[in-house]
Amino acid sequence: MSGPASTRRSTLAAEIRQRTGLNPARCYQCGKCSAGCPMAQETRLRPHDILRLVQRGRRDRLFADDSIWLCLTCETCSARCPNEVGPARIIDALRELALESGEGEPPRAIRAFHESFLKQIRRHGRIFEFGMIAGFKLRSGKLFADVAKMPATMKRGKLALSPRRIAGVDDVRRIFDACSAAARKEVQP
Amino acid sequence: MRLGYFPGCSLHATARECEESLRAIAAPLGVELVELDDWACCGATSAHATNHLLSVALPARTLALAEQQGFDTVLAPCAACYARLASARHELARDRSALERVAAILERPFTNAVKVVSIAELLRDLTPRIREQARRPLGGARVAAYYGCLLVRPTEVSGFDDAEQPSSMETVITAAGGTPVEWRRKVDCCGAGFSLSRTGSVIRLGRAILEDAKKAGAEAIAVGCPMCHSNLDLRQKAMSRTMPEPLGLPILYLSQVVGLGLGLEPSSLGLGRHFVGTGRFVEKATAPPAPAAKSDEPRKEVA
Repeated sequence: MSGPASTRRSTLAAEIRQRTGLNPARCYQCGKCSAGCPMAQETRLRPHDILRLVQRGRRDRLFADDSIWLCLTCETCSARCPNEVGPARIIDALRELALESGEGEPPRAIRAFHESFLKQIRRHGRIFEFGMIAGFKLRSGKLFADVAKMPATMKRGKLALSPRRIAGVDDVRRIFDACSAAARKEVQP
Repeated sequence: MRLGYFPGCSLHATARECEESLRAIAAPLGVELVELDDWACCGATSAHATNHLLSVALPARTLALAEQQGFDTVLAPCAACYARLASARHELARDRSALERVAAILERPFTNAVKVVSIAELLRDLTPRIREQARRPLGGARVAAYYGCLLVRPTEVSGFDDAEQPSSMETVITAAGGTPVEWRRKVDCCGAGFSLSRTGSVIRLGRAILEDAKKAGAEAIAVGCPMCHSNLDLRQKAMSRTMPEPLGLPILYLSQVVGLGLGLEPSSLGLGRHFVGTGRFVEKATAPPAPAAKSDEPRKEVA
């Protein structure tokens, strides 16, 4: 094999290896990861499919699909892999890569969750659940989901209504800025 | 034993009963919990699924604080926080350049010297003390120990128990006077962080876990993770919708099971904060033991 396909193939696997220290080429497609994956029945690509596409450098197929975003990081695949490939960490690296390069993005509700969650940490240093849920609803459009559970949750003293900001919130914001700057730098040639 | 205590965001909100029960059992078990000053969120799934460096740097800040505040061990009772803290520690212990990079981002001294323990590991190591302090035999209540993902995986990070057939929680339940059941789904995933964003998956996964525990004869499930707890407790009603009758399986934190065994007041253990009522289980677990159950008294009292 020669030409652009093989260059791209080596690029993606090498990039993953550089980020994670894991070698996707070690996967010999036994499928044990997919046998234990709790989300395999809901995703088009199962963990061993994802590994195969990484080996073949198929960014187009990996990033055009929801599958990588539906990984729960339960780590069952990595715990059971007979050749220590580490699919869970590799899938995390693929998500990071997709976001940095703009080649792929999570389904709306999952993106809404991550954005609302991280915004809470940036704003307060901790998760203020009421604010997080409100932010999630606005971003996801799931305005009425679980609304009926709110009073019961409050009655049990489980939902704080006002946020508490930590003293070192500037510390946390600086960490966010440094980590996003590092991520932006990764995609520059 | 003096431990740095990292409650994480949940233990101050939806998992209040976890913190209440933990604080209640600490004194009888000889543990002093000192909450870390100014801790921040571990970043959870949203950090590691979007920015790896952030998922290491946020927990590293907490570990650096613990170091500065003079602790050698931090307890993270939430399995999700535990996994993030322990993963960061593990990664930085193996990679000198990553440690230097993170310390520079934190802008504070950091040597990565603090150990991180989970609730299952801590309580397992305290079983002699639990056995000694146990005041109730829990009425022989049958409890399914549910580990989920993050207490036992990644294997190279947690390592205190077997990843496929763990036993630490069963050891604790037995020491507290309960009877652990044998079941198949104790290390399955409950759907965790998808509770809000992909509820359907959580219902499917949680239902399988609850059904298996019920089939094995469990009267309650013990957990070590607030996410597992909220999925299996708050969403149990939705999970039982397709069943002939509600499962009615109370989901207890491991610390609550221990608290009952130690003879503590159920209200001091936050047992009234659950969505699936704990009443019947608590009643059975706190019933005065039948005299015949006392093996050190051979005398039989038969009317």
